[in-house]
Amino acid sequence: MNVKELAEKANLNLFSGAAGLDRQVTGGYSSDLLSDVMGYASEGQVWITLQKHRNIMAVASLKDLAAIILVKGFEPEPDVLELSEKEGIPVLGTQKQAFEISGEIFNLIK
Amino acid sequence: MYFEYFVEGGDFTNAGYASSQIKKHLKELGVDPSVIKRSVIALYEAEVNIVAHAYRGKIKIFINKNGVKMLLEDEGPGIADVGLAMKKGFSTASEAVREMGFGAGMGLPNINENSDSFNIDTVVGKGTTLEIIINF
Ligand SMILES: Nc1ncnc2c1ncn2[C@@H]1O[C@H](COP(=O)(O)OP(=O)(O)O)[C@@H](O)[C@H]1O
Ligand SMILES: [Mg+2]
Repeated sequence: MNVKELAEKANLNLFSGAAGLDRQVTGGYSSDLLSDVMGYASEGQVWITLQKHRNIMAVASLKDLAAIILVKGFEPEPDVLELSEKEGIPVLGTQKQAFEISGEIFNLIK
Repeated sequence: MYFEYFVEGGDFTNAGYASSQIKKHLKELGVDPSVIKRSVIALYEAEVNIVAHAYRGKIKIFINKNGVKMLLEDEGPGIADVGLAMKKGFSTASEAVREMGFGAGMGLPNINENSDSFNIDTVVGKGTTLEIIINF
């Protein structure tokens, strides 16, 4: 499944990075700690988090993540939008909290 | 090959710049993806530690046919108890830094796990130098 299909199925809204919607999703990682994601997330995963500052884009890019999903209606800071466009890594959003959206995505891609 | 980068303490906007550059260079050299991944993790954590904990620092990267050596020399408070600092979960990061999702106390352990050789040379009140080696 690619990011676009996942976004449609999980009803995610797209903030930025449409150029990366065809990225393949290999799994997901839910964490708000950057070192945790840096150390343990894998290439192609979607990152579910409530962090919304520019450093999440650096981590997503360094780790070749498929997309970032912001939970609970959090909106990315302006820097994030710019970097997301530049890197072609989509930033998506949901009103749901991390547990719920993680479960949903887990079932969609398992 | 040699690359050099400067890092300002407290400047989170540019955190990860050296790591992204080195990732690019290693890719261009056709280095094994798993080696690139380990290098990026180690360098990112070391870079962020200068931003989060020191005043300023210099990153020196040496790449030859055997591997990559990274030296991160900072002017800063130094580390009083390296054994404690190496423990998973130990962090002296400020509340503001923690709210950003840094300061989980996983940085030094992550460097250790992803490197082939890792040395910390530190003087309290002066600064810290990390030497990280990753073999190809
Ligand atoms: N370059 C440095 N200068 C001063 N202290 C440091 C430096 N790097 C690490 N430390 C100390 O070691 C602790 C643990 O580092 P680390 O494992 O990266 O966790 P974190 O950065 O999340 O606190 C830090 O909280 C800090 O007290
Ligand atoms: Mg750290």
